[in-house]
Amino acid sequence: MNPFDLFASVSRSPYAHARAEKKNDGKKRIGYFCSYAPEELVHAAGAIPFRLFGARRDIRAADAHLQSYCCSLVRGGLEDALQKELDFLDGAVFPHTCDSIQRLSDIWRLNAGFPIHFDVVMPVKLNTSSARQYMIDVLAKFRKDLEESLQVSISDDAIVESIRLYNRIRDRLEKLYLIRSGNPESLPPSAMNMVMKSAMIMDRAVFLEALEQLLETLSNTKAQSGGSKRKRILISGGICNHPDIYDVLAEAGGDVVWDDLCTGYRYAGGRIDESADPIEAIADRYLTRMACPAKHLSNTARGEHLLEAVREQKIEGVVFLLLKFCDPHAFDYPYLKQFLDDKGIPNILVEVEEQPAPEGQLRTRFETFVDML
Amino acid sequence: MADAPEKARDPEKEKRKIKSVSKMKEIMTNYYIEAKTARDSGKKVAWITSGGPVEPLIAMDVIPVYPENHGAMIGASKMGVDLCEKAEEMGYSRDLCSYARADIASAATNGGPIGGLPEPDFLVCCNNICGTVLKWYEVAARYYNVPLFILDTPFVHREFSDAARDYVIRQIYEYIDFLEVQCGKKADFDRMQEVGKLSVESMRLWQAVLDVAAHKPAPMSAFDAFFHLALIVTLRGKPVVVDYYQGLLDEMNERIRDGIAMVPNEKYRLLWDNLPIWYKTKWLSEKFASHDACLVADTYTSAWSGVLPLIDENNFLETMSVAYTKIYINISIDLMIDKLREMIRKYDADGLVMHSNRSCKPYSLGQYDLQKMVMKELKIPTLIIEADMVDERQFSESQIDTRIDAFMETLKS
Ligand code: SF4
Ligand code: SF4
Repeated sequence: MNPFDLFASVSRSPYAHARAEKKNDGKKRIGYFCSYAPEELVHAAGAIPFRLFGARRDIRAADAHLQSYCCSLVRGGLEDALQKELDFLDGAVFPHTCDSIQRLSDIWRLNAGFPIHFDVVMPVKLNTSSARQYMIDVLAKFRKDLEESLQVSISDDAIVESIRLYNRIRDRLEKLYLIRSGNPESLPPSAMNMVMKSAMIMDRAVFLEALEQLLETLSNTKAQSGGSKRKRILISGGICNHPDIYDVLAEAGGDVVWDDLCTGYRYAGGRIDESADPIEAIADRYLTRMACPAKHLSNTARGEHLLEAVREQKIEGVVFLLLKFCDPHAFDYPYLKQFLDDKGIPNILVEVEEQPAPEGQLRTRFETFVDML
Repeated sequence: MADAPEKARDPEKEKRKIKSVSKMKEIMTNYYIEAKTARDSGKKVAWITSGGPVEPLIAMDVIPVYPENHGAMIGASKMGVDLCEKAEEMGYSRDLCSYARADIASAATNGGPIGGLPEPDFLVCCNNICGTVLKWYEVAARYYNVPLFILDTPFVHREFSDAARDYVIRQIYEYIDFLEVQCGKKADFDRMQEVGKLSVESMRLWQAVLDVAAHKPAPMSAFDAFFHLALIVTLRGKPVVVDYYQGLLDEMNERIRDGIAMVPNEKYRLLWDNLPIWYKTKWLSEKFASHDACLVADTYTSAWSGVLPLIDENNFLETMSVAYTKIYINISIDLMIDKLREMIRKYDADGLVMHSNRSCKPYSLGQYDLQKMVMKELKIPTLIIEADMVDERQFSESQIDTRIDAFMETLKS
C-alpha cells in the first residue's frame, strides 16, 4: 500500500487497525488521551501507546457515569470502553491534565474492566526547579509501575532506543509540516490530520518507515513561489478528529498550513536529549516544548507562541477549533484572540460538540471568513 | 388607603433564628471594608483560592481576598446571571465555572454586590480544588499585571507518593520566599506558628459546630453551615474567628439543651453533596422543611476541617501543606466514598442529595458512580439535582420541585 493510502485507512478505522496489528505482533496496547502520556517509556516497555480520540454521536453507556457537561473526548472515550470496542487494549495511562480527565481516570479504573491502569500525576506548573524534580520523580515511578504491571524490566538502553525512535519520528513529522507549509498543494488538505493520527496509533517503527517513504515521494516538490490566491490558515485548539474541516476550508479557498493542536504540531514539537539521563531528558522535553493550556509555563506563553507561529508561517487567518466543555482551552480563548486582534490577524471560533456543525453551516462560515482575508 | 398592618412576628420562627448571625455579618462587613481600603492603610492585598494556605499571608500582614467567596456573594445576591452574561460577551464560554465568569466580569465592570473586589498586589493559586483556578488566576494575573504564585498539589488518585509530599513541602518554602519578596520583609516563623495554632483552633471549633447537627433534632442545618462557612474560608488564623465560632458553638449547645430544632418536626435527615445553590438556598431549605426534612450536613463545608487530623500544630507549615493536598475534592472517588460513608453514619442520614453542579467538574464528575455506591452499599435513597451554584439559568424550579417531591415520597415509604 502506498504510505498515503495506509495513513488514510489507519485513521479511518483505528480500532480495526490496532486489532489486526496486535494479532501479528502480539504486543500489548496501552491507551492514552493526551500528549503528556510518556509514550517513550510505554514503548520502551515493549508496548504500543494507542491514542484515543473520543468523539462519537451515540453516547449511551457513558451517560450512566458522566454528566452531559463533560467534553466529548472524555464521554466518547468512556463510551467506547464500556461498549467493549477497545478490546485490543490492555489498559490505559492517565497523565494528569484537566479536571475532566482526572475524574475520567477514576471512573475508567472502576468501570472499564481493564487489568492495567496507570495514573501519572505530573506537575501542573512547568517552570520551577521543584516542579522539574517532581516531574522526574513521577516519570521514574511510572517506569517502575510499567515494569510491575507489564512484568518486564526496562533498561536505560531500552529507553534511549525508544527516545531515538521518537526523535526521528518527530523530526520527520516536522519535515512534513514544513513541506506542506512551503507547498500546500503537495498534499491533500486533510493529509496532515491523517498522518498525525496514524503517528499515535500504529506500531511506531512501522509508522516511521511509512512516513519516510512518504517524504521520499515528496522530496521533489518545490516550495511555491507565492502569488497564489489561496489563504494560509492555522488551526489552534485541543484535539482535531475531524478531517473534513480541512477539506471544507480548502474548498472555501483556505489551506491549513500549520496548527497548534495537541493532536498536531504540539505532538511533534520538542526533542529529547539522547545523551542525557533518559528520564531527565524526557522530563525536560515536557518542560520546554509548548505547553497545553492545562499546564502552566507562563501567563502568556501560549499567546506568544501563537504569534510566533503566525509570523514564521506567514499565516493570514486563524481558526480556533474548540471542543465544547473543554475548560482549559475555553479559558485561554479570549486572550489568544486578543493577541491576534492586536496584531490584526483575523480569526474565528468553531465550537465542536460531538461533531462539528453541519457541513453546510461550516462551509458558509469558512467561505465568509476566507473571503474576508 | 391605610398601610397594611405590619405582619406579626411568628414567635416560633423567631426562636429558630440563630442569634450569632448579626455578629457574623458585622465581621464580614468590617473585613471587606478593610480589604477595600487596604491601599490607604498601606497594606498589601493578595487574592487567594479557597483551598490555599492563607496562614502565611495572615502572618505577613497581607489582607487575603477570596474571589470564590465573592462568587458566592454574587450568587446569593442573585447578580450571577447578569455578570455571567457579561463574561460571555467578553468571550468566556458559558460552560466555564460561574464563580470565575462572575468574578472576571465583576473585575472588568466594578459590578456585583460590593462593586468589585479590591485589586490584588499579587495572586496565590492552589490547585487542590480544581484546574479552573489555575486558568482563572492566569486571567487575573494578565488583567492586573501582578505576580502569580502557584501552589501545585498533585491529585491523590489512590496514593499520595513521597515525591508528591516532597514537592508540596518544597513549594511551601517557595511560597514563603515569594511572600518575602512581595512584602519586602522577612518572614517571622514564630508568628507563623502562632497563626497556625489559631488556624487549627478555628478548624477544630468549626468541626465542632458542624458536629452539633449529629444531634436529633439538628439545631442547625447545612444551609446554616453554608452561611457560616465564610469565616473559616477567609479569616482562619485570626483570633476573631476563634471567638466567633466559640460563641456559635455555645449557642448551638444551648439550642440542643432547649430542644430547638432548625426544622420543626424533623423526621428525615439528609446529607448534601457539592456546593450550595447560592441563589436558591432559602427556597430549597423551605422546600425540604415542608417535608419535615433537614439537610443536616454536607461534604462541602467540612472541607476546611476534614483534614484536621493530618495537621501537627508543632510542624504547622509542612503538615498543613500535605493536609491541604488531601482535601475531599482532591482525592479519587473511591477515597471519597469512604468519607461519604463516614458522614452518612455520623449524622445518621436517611438520604443523600447531590447537586450536580455544571460549574464544578472536579466535584460533580464521578457523582453518578458515588451515587450508585451509596445506594448499593448503604441502601439509602439518593437524589441528583442538576443545577449551577451561581448561574440561575441552569436552574429549573418546577422540575426540581417535582423531583424533590418524588424523592421524599420514596424516602417516606
Ligand atoms: S483538556 Fe479539554 S478536551 Fe482535553 S480532556 Fe480536558 S476538557 Fe476534554
Ligand atoms: S466551583 Fe469548582 S471549578 Fe469553580 S473554582 Fe470552585 S472548585 Fe474550581
